[in-house]
Amino acid sequence: MPKEIRREEVRAMVAAGAQLVEVLPSPEYEEDHLPGAVHLPLRRLDSEARTVLDPDRPVIVYCWDTT
Amino acid sequence: MAAGLPTEGTNAEHPRAGDLARKDVPTCGLTEKLGDVKARAQAQGWDAAVVVNEERVVFGLLRSKELDGDPQQPIDKAMRPGPSTFRPYVSLHDMLHAMADHKLVNAPITTSDGRLVGLLLQQDVAAAMEKEK
Repeated sequence: MPKEIRREEVRAMVAAGAQLVEVLPSPEYEEDHLPGAVHLPLRRLDSEARTVLDPDRPVIVYCWDTT
Repeated sequence: MAAGLPTEGTNAEHPRAGDLARKDVPTCGLTEKLGDVKARAQAQGWDAAVVVNEERVVFGLLRSKELDGDPQQPIDKAMRPGPSTFRPYVSLHDMLHAMADHKLVNAPITTSDGRLVGLLLQQDVAAAMEKEK
């Protein structure tokens, strides 16, 4: 089940092998993304998630922080 | 990104607000006296200080005008409360416009949860943009 996590937990999980996924469109990803993030835009998420992501490792999905 | 941590991508090659923000800006707590804070700031070559709590969450700002107030005044009465803050990922171009529009000579840069990253000076933004040309 999805759950919301904070910055420090993201860093810890990525260090432990979690997959980081940015779901924004290409221009945003190309401009800026978190180190090591895989690009999987929302429109391709359903069709490509199974081939791009490893089902045995946690997946952290993020978009944009507007705060 | 909102925390000013490293990123990858084309924008990562250009300095942003968090990169230029001066991390050595003096800070103080709400219960200190204005005169003490002014003396400390001046000793470090500053005419500004940021008011924070123990977790470095920004509560207010003391620019030169506020620092020139009654030295016995407590900081919570002397400070400019709730100053406009900006996130570390904001481009220098956007910062320069925002600071000019709002007549800000400096602005606190904070994480999305309000923690101080540093104080950005308009003169530093202008100089960096001139250098990038």
